[in-house]
Amino acid sequence: MAVLSASGREVQQVDWRKRLLHNRTFLGLLFMLPAAALLLTFLTFPLGYGVWISLTDEKVGRGGAFVGLENYGWLFEDSVFWLSVFNTFLYTVVASIIKFVLGLWLAMLLNHHLPFKAFLRAIVLMPFIVPTVLSALAFWWIYDSQDSVISWILIELGLMDETIDFLGDPWNARWSVIAANIWRGIPFVAITLLAGLQTISPSLYEAATIDGASEWQRFRHITLPLLTPIIAVVMTFSVLFTFTDFQLIWVMTRGGPINATHLMATLSYQRAIVGGSLGEGAAIATAMIPFLLAAILFSYFGLQRRKWQQGGRDD
Amino acid sequence: MKIFTRRDILKSSAGAAAGVVAGPALLQAAQAWAADSPFTPEKDASIRLLRWKHFVKSEDEAFMALVDAFSKATGVAVRIDNEGFEDLRPKAAVAASIGKGPDIIWTIHADPHLYPDSLVEMNDVADYLGGKYGGWYPIAEFYSKRGDSWISIPYFFSGNFPNYRVSSMKAAGFDSFPGDTDGFLKLMAGLKKNGTPGGFALGNASGDGNCWTHWILWSHGGRMVDEDDNVVINSKETIEGLKYVNAMAQHFLPGCASWLDGHNNKAFLQGECHLTNNGISIYAAAQRENMTNISEDMDHAYWPVGPVGKPMEFHVQFPMMVYKHSPNPMAAKAFIAWMMEAPQFNQHLQGSVGYLSHPLRAYDDHPVWTEDPKRKAFRDTVDRTVPYSHSGSLGNAASSVFADFVVVNMVAEAALGTKTPEEAAADAQKRAERYYRS
Repeated sequence: MAVLSASGREVQQVDWRKRLLHNRTFLGLLFMLPAAALLLTFLTFPLGYGVWISLTDEKVGRGGAFVGLENYGWLFEDSVFWLSVFNTFLYTVVASIIKFVLGLWLAMLLNHHLPFKAFLRAIVLMPFIVPTVLSALAFWWIYDSQDSVISWILIELGLMDETIDFLGDPWNARWSVIAANIWRGIPFVAITLLAGLQTISPSLYEAATIDGASEWQRFRHITLPLLTPIIAVVMTFSVLFTFTDFQLIWVMTRGGPINATHLMATLSYQRAIVGGSLGEGAAIATAMIPFLLAAILFSYFGLQRRKWQQGGRDD
Repeated sequence: MKIFTRRDILKSSAGAAAGVVAGPALLQAAQAWAADSPFTPEKDASIRLLRWKHFVKSEDEAFMALVDAFSKATGVAVRIDNEGFEDLRPKAAVAASIGKGPDIIWTIHADPHLYPDSLVEMNDVADYLGGKYGGWYPIAEFYSKRGDSWISIPYFFSGNFPNYRVSSMKAAGFDSFPGDTDGFLKLMAGLKKNGTPGGFALGNASGDGNCWTHWILWSHGGRMVDEDDNVVINSKETIEGLKYVNAMAQHFLPGCASWLDGHNNKAFLQGECHLTNNGISIYAAAQRENMTNISEDMDHAYWPVGPVGKPMEFHVQFPMMVYKHSPNPMAAKAFIAWMMEAPQFNQHLQGSVGYLSHPLRAYDDHPVWTEDPKRKAFRDTVDRTVPYSHSGSLGNAASSVFADFVVVNMVAEAALGTKTPEEAAADAQKRAERYYRS
């Protein structure tokens, strides 16, 4: 059996380190470590902890015992929870579709050569820049039961005799908060899609025009396919933001009237933080995860299939 | 024992109202108090107090002047942080959970009962103040005690009473505010008929909404739970109350269904609402803004008595609690004791102009209650209030049911007619049972 001398061992050790530092797999893992640590600390841990709390009966000020799926069982029988699920879906689906349509339309308008183009683009961003609470307060006034500016104009024009009960009637309240969310969310969609539109080469449109393509055909066969990757990303974020909206509702209605505008996020806060039932609040928040995952998966596997974008057929 | 002179109060509150920091007289008094105080702060102590954001500016000014005098006299640095109620309660809970944060929190309702093990026992402070100032009102003691231990000090209560326009009430055929629910319903009808309607918040208004809807429930004999915490909201008494509220809501000002806490203040000050429920802040704002057409024509009344035959009102408590994690609990106790001693408490009570009411009987004759007869109802706030748990125990279930607007939603459903009284009561029963499950 060969016996290594001291200097031989040193050489072997140096070789081992050298080899490690030249190993691409090791270096890759090493360089990813800080990012992974950040993600684990600030993303995975809170998420995992939230899910864990949802499996306990934890209350504010005292720890909880493991109760399995009991919180979910109670929620299943809770009419207010199911109302919040319905509200959240209605809010997300209607607001996201309208934000997409109006946002795309606005982006295409802004993509044309317009006078004061930079100024107009800055103006479009305004609703997105204004703090949510501030815009919620503005809508609070717009929808006020006594002093609504919309009601005032309609009464002054002689079109109505009394004020519209925007936030007092359950369905009026739902449409009103959806309108506020659309107003606030359009700029994000419009500006991001505008960035996407500007990456499309004008030569494609020129070629299509020479070939006699109509405006609709140019949109359908050039703009839409090339914009689809951006649309996928924008709509994923838009759906996520809308699904998890909290501030607009909390400032304007607190989830009222009679819980008609409670979203899952606001109900979770009301139950967990204001009411002190941390376990149940966490269960409501956790119940949002499958829906959010479904939205993300739809976006990635549905909208980002490249063959389809390039005019081919998907398998 | 004479605990206040009118001159002292006027002098101190004028200084406070003008935003003047504690004057030499106040400082001297503070130094004298500190020398004899049974509560000696720790050496080099500092404390942090978190309180709710004030609703009446002069109350905050009076409070800060007293804090300043305490700091100068005792050498204890006091930092005051302010938060809205919605943020204050979770912060208080987090402080209890993690064992870090403010030394004292001036909180709301019976929140100390949510985390009693995190709080310093305050028996010595409660006995000292109770013995010196005529004793605590029973409800104050009930809210702050757990077994034999005081887990908080009931610092103030805040009354929430009917606010009404006197001329409109008279035009509706009433010389004085009706004392029973039948008369109240007739007044509502008369006000509506004359185009001067009243209105009450039916949205998720945590203050005003909870106060008037609990009066509806309790005054008709309904209650959330019995003495053993069994949920009994689905009762014939509750249903009678809901039938009453459905009749009452026919006379409401349009738009009440969406009202949160601030809406009725605005509608009343704009002259659109002629009867609502609130603290004294509408009246205080009308006086401050020289809206004499409102302030001179409005008054406050006790809640009418319903079929149960006795007052069943709900008013809000604001207790102070000291956390066990505080490194300076004696400084915190000294601070609370100092604030509730007559010279200071007089000034704070005066500065609050009726928004806050006293839990110690010695302050019943305080000039703040006699110098303006329109504040009189607020003097009796603590004497008339029922705890939000009614006959049940204080704790997580009572707090959660209250925070989840179970009573507010039930009353709103019946008032708006989206559910029959029977359906609304049955639904509330189901919701409440979830919280009271063992």
